[in-house]
Amino acid sequence: MALLNIRNLSVEFATGGGSFRAVDGVDVTVEGGEVLAIVGESGSGKSVSMLAAMGLLPWTATVTADELSFDGRDLRDLSASARRKVIGREISMIFQEPMSSLNPCFTVGFQIREALKQHLKLDSSARKKRALELMEMVGIPAPEKRLTAFPHQLSGGMNQRVMIAMAIACGPKLLIADEPTTALDVTIQAQILDLLTGLQRDTGMGLILITHDMGVVAETAHRVAVQYAGWKVEDQPVETLFDTPHHPYTAALLAALPERATERRLPTIPGVVPGQFDRPRGCLFSPRCAYADDLCRSTVPPLQSPELGRAKCHYPLSVPAKEEVQ
Amino acid sequence: MLRFFISRLSTFFVTFVGVTLISFAFIRVIPGDPIIVMAGERGMSQERYEELSRQYGFDQPVLTQFWDYLTGVLQGDLGQSFVTKKPVWDEFFALFPATLELSLCAIILAIALGIPAGVIAAVNRGKFFDRALMSSALVGYSMPIFWWALLLIIVFSGNLGWTPVSGRMGLLYYFPTPTGFMLIDSLLSGQSGAFVSAVQHLILPTIVLATIPLAVIARQTRSAMLEVLSEDYIRTARAKGLKPWRINGLHALRNAMIPVITVIGLSVGTLLAGAILTETIFSWPGIGKWMVDSIFRRDYPVVQGGLLLVAVVVMIVNLIVDMLYGLINPRIRTRK
Repeated sequence: MALLNIRNLSVEFATGGGSFRAVDGVDVTVEGGEVLAIVGESGSGKSVSMLAAMGLLPWTATVTADELSFDGRDLRDLSASARRKVIGREISMIFQEPMSSLNPCFTVGFQIREALKQHLKLDSSARKKRALELMEMVGIPAPEKRLTAFPHQLSGGMNQRVMIAMAIACGPKLLIADEPTTALDVTIQAQILDLLTGLQRDTGMGLILITHDMGVVAETAHRVAVQYAGWKVEDQPVETLFDTPHHPYTAALLAALPERATERRLPTIPGVVPGQFDRPRGCLFSPRCAYADDLCRSTVPPLQSPELGRAKCHYPLSVPAKEEVQ
Repeated sequence: MLRFFISRLSTFFVTFVGVTLISFAFIRVIPGDPIIVMAGERGMSQERYEELSRQYGFDQPVLTQFWDYLTGVLQGDLGQSFVTKKPVWDEFFALFPATLELSLCAIILAIALGIPAGVIAAVNRGKFFDRALMSSALVGYSMPIFWWALLLIIVFSGNLGWTPVSGRMGLLYYFPTPTGFMLIDSLLSGQSGAFVSAVQHLILPTIVLATIPLAVIARQTRSAMLEVLSEDYIRTARAKGLKPWRINGLHALRNAMIPVITVIGLSVGTLLAGAILTETIFSWPGIGKWMVDSIFRRDYPVVQGGLLLVAVVVMIVNLIVDMLYGLINPRIRTRK
């Protein structure tokens, strides 16, 4: 049985201009010990679908799903207090902006110990010891000294390490990392990714990595889900995805990788992700797709078979990626 | 921290001289001659008038008068009241405890009700409690204080007879007042019922004086909380599975307290200004009433000295507020 199982998840936000569907019919499954990468442009609903699973969306959001279960428990029916026993202990999450994700008024030691106090029956000295261990585990130099530091006294990379220490404090079965390296320097990015994948291997937890960096995906993930404008458009193991993308959007994303560029100018995907007021009728990608025809523009595409990467497309690409997707 | 303290102290000194100048100048701008007021309806001869003028130094140029006053103040001499002939300093300290007691009770009431109300309103944004609280805060803030006081007196003292109309203590009780705080002195006196009487006398003035600060603190707490609640670290706290009271009451409130502390510091000034009205209405023998009486009597030294001492109190409170910022927010503590 899958660790996290989400079927047909939709999230709608009540906005001033009516309701906006940020996530539309997304399925997510993660097995224990698996690394799933969710990729897509900004505004494709990657973070929102994970925040929905965590129950962290603001009150303006309405979440519906046919199934939303974690480790055999239905997250939809959980009371707020029962959910708090799962959140932060069995599923934990780290965020994009380490500098603003830690509370400026408390020392990092306090914030790590707080997570331990909430979920584990440890006394004060055991919590201190465990916090120190965690700081060592995430590779923070001089951890004793750093425990009494405030977030503003540490660098972004250090703060992200603290966030990771806090997230793994109670030994979660699943860690969701929401663009954990986007706000960091390139050299630090690699360190943080190594840390995350190392921890994942050592503890055997599941890891969901939300990113828009295909390079990160290639290095770390076992399986990749591609999201576009609230839809999941493709889901494949990482080995086959890079060679045979089945959805034109995935193919275009891969073609835009600098490593794959053959000409002087990088290929780009024309246009932008549709917003609240310019959602096309049929396929949401049709205005930007090189292969779109009248069917694409009028009818929502079906899901293809797992062999074709569950591509949400009328005309999935079954041949290896072509450079002329552009 | 020491350097911070010294830099604060230097601005303190500049403000001090400024307040001295303003209080000195303003009372002289008001029409009315203190010597003629002193003489009363009988009037006085020209010779006697000139003699008194010389005695009080009014025959000197205003700048010389100010210099004499300033040097006196810096040596701790605030002068004598024209009316009672007692040193201003002694009168102030005899009356200040009454004002302090009232102001402290009012600010404690305002904080004790305002902060929780603001937090609850922010957490339940847009719901009934939030709307009800914010509308009543608006009413409380814009209501004329004297009218509100009279309303309360009519209902609770007049119609219901629950509280006394004015003063600090029932006429049945008499005891020495070593601290000047009626709540403490009545307990020390050991007379049964004295403490209850002191509390009864305090209730209405406290409510009246606390109304505006309460409204301001509640509104400020709410808006600061709303801002903080959308911060990333609140999402982190929720992702840790913390209980709502811990998220709202510790993680959010601690950050929201900075602007609230500012407002509390500022309301101390408002409070002392409000005390003038409140004390007059409730015949509360504090410095507010003392200042009003002195202005009517053109008692220059009392008005100058009283204003100066009140300003010093406000400045000390602001200094304490600045120190509190550092305690609450580590980013301010370690700056520089």
